[in-house]
Amino acid sequence: MALRIAQKLGVFALSLIGASVLIFLITNALPGNVAHVLLGTDATPDAVAELEAQLGLDRPIALRYLEWISGIASGDFGTSPLSGDPVLALITPRVGVTAWLVALGICGSLIIALPLGMLAALKRRKWQGLAISAAAQFGMAIPVFWCGIIFALVFAVWLRVLPPNGYVPLTEDPAEWLRHLVLPVLTLALVQSAVLIRYVRSAFIEVLHEDYYRTARAIGWTPLRALLRHGVRNAAISLVTVVGLQLSSSLVGAIVVEQVYNLHGLGSLLLDKVAERDLVVVQGTVMLLVLAVLLINLLVDLSYQLIDPRQRGRQQ
Amino acid sequence: MRKAQLNIGLVLVGLVILAGVLSLLWTPYDPIRVTSNRLLPPGWPHLLGTDGMGIDIASRLLIGARYCLIVGVISVGVAAVVGVPLGMLAGMRGGWLDELTMRVADIVYAFPALLLAMLLAAAFGASTGTAMAAIGIATIPAFARIARAGTLQVVASDFVLAAKAAGTSRWGIAARHVFPNIAPLVGVQASVGFAMAILAEAALSYLGLGTPRPTPTWGAMLRDAQDVWYTQPVQALWPGLSIALAVLGFNLLGDGMRDVLDPRLREVK
Repeated sequence: MALRIAQKLGVFALSLIGASVLIFLITNALPGNVAHVLLGTDATPDAVAELEAQLGLDRPIALRYLEWISGIASGDFGTSPLSGDPVLALITPRVGVTAWLVALGICGSLIIALPLGMLAALKRRKWQGLAISAAAQFGMAIPVFWCGIIFALVFAVWLRVLPPNGYVPLTEDPAEWLRHLVLPVLTLALVQSAVLIRYVRSAFIEVLHEDYYRTARAIGWTPLRALLRHGVRNAAISLVTVVGLQLSSSLVGAIVVEQVYNLHGLGSLLLDKVAERDLVVVQGTVMLLVLAVLLINLLVDLSYQLIDPRQRGRQQ
Repeated sequence: MRKAQLNIGLVLVGLVILAGVLSLLWTPYDPIRVTSNRLLPPGWPHLLGTDGMGIDIASRLLIGARYCLIVGVISVGVAAVVGVPLGMLAGMRGGWLDELTMRVADIVYAFPALLLAMLLAAAFGASTGTAMAAIGIATIPAFARIARAGTLQVVASDFVLAAKAAGTSRWGIAARHVFPNIAPLVGVQASVGFAMAILAEAALSYLGLGTPRPTPTWGAMLRDAQDVWYTQPVQALWPGLSIALAVLGFNLLGDGMRDVLDPRLREVK
């Protein structure tokens, strides 16, 4: 068990190093670095060289990478050369919006997808099952921002029951916070659940073919009782993986949804800084998001041990 | 039922290709030139109306189909050309090379295409090229995994053993036995990958990270539609519907091909 955990931690560390190298290379090893952006396209080579020296960009790239990565390890994500703000100070006030959106979005997609996926598995040869599968297939094709625009049109522009955009922090006014998050969360949850329904359905159909399910049915249990009693835990093993993978697509979805509803989260920060070509802030924020994705993937990996007792037995 | 899936997919994909090719030869109106006929509702002669700059929406949709196909073909093509040989190599050689390739694939897989696109756009400025590069790189791991899994199966089969015994070289086995056998799997992945590339391209151009204005893309059209949703909400309908039907088409095509190719999957999927 300890060995397996150490192995997972090793993979996590390697992935983190790999991702950080990739991010740093894209933003640093290519032409068009910070000095060029600061001085504009008509800067003389001398002026660029001088500014590069000032910012320390003339030193070897490996050295700069090590400085950057050790800074991050001690909680310093760098300072924007354009505005002079520390990256972390820009990120901190924005994390809340994005984190709430992703967390509630994933919860929402589970609430939608689990019952529908189970129903689709139980009734897979009846019209209910086919209808759910068809709806999921269509849902997978809908761009998240289109779904958001339609929801905003219906609920905010026509029915005027919910605000079309903006965000109120939870600490300021919990009721308004909820009102402002309903549409973004619903948008994200609905689009994510389309993918999830297909996985839930497959996972439960597998359970339906298992001996323990057949035995439970043979002793007179209803299909639903057998599925809930034995199926959920067995299907959970494959579903945890999917929810882990969903996290990275939820994060991407959240960045897009923020734009639809004009929420000032990490996504809008990133887009603003990409437009300003503030490379330091972009690389710092992307690194933070990748770190979050990898960390949650690690937790998902480790959680198998809790869900599946068979994994605990496999020590050798 | 299965046949229907494949057929609907073929029809939808055919429509997108038709629209894209048609846009090369003809569009009802100039898709870029600003006119004074602003925000006309759907009708005649502007079938789907005009946008906030007085440009015919139907013409813009046709051009949008072309750009979604270009981005899809190039990004999925690059991903397949890089990913498939890598996956085959990993599957045939095994050992540390296999381990390394798959670990790197895992890292890239955990890296969302959108974040990659943002990094590239910050470094180079947003363009069709950065969007294609981001989508292409992010799609490589899917091809590498599919190719590796297929290769492992083929390599374990008797006919490869026979070919080895007959003295066929590694390259010969790869070209004559492995590739032809995994090609259908790669085709399925390409179709599904195409659907994801269309979605990603639309999201990127919606966010202003793809093909720059004034070139009309479906994502950018939705962004414009959002500015006029109080006066002309119907404008949000056409580009969104185009994206959804194109993605649905490639997904159904991929699923349909998979079902035809592999009867064992029919029950589960």
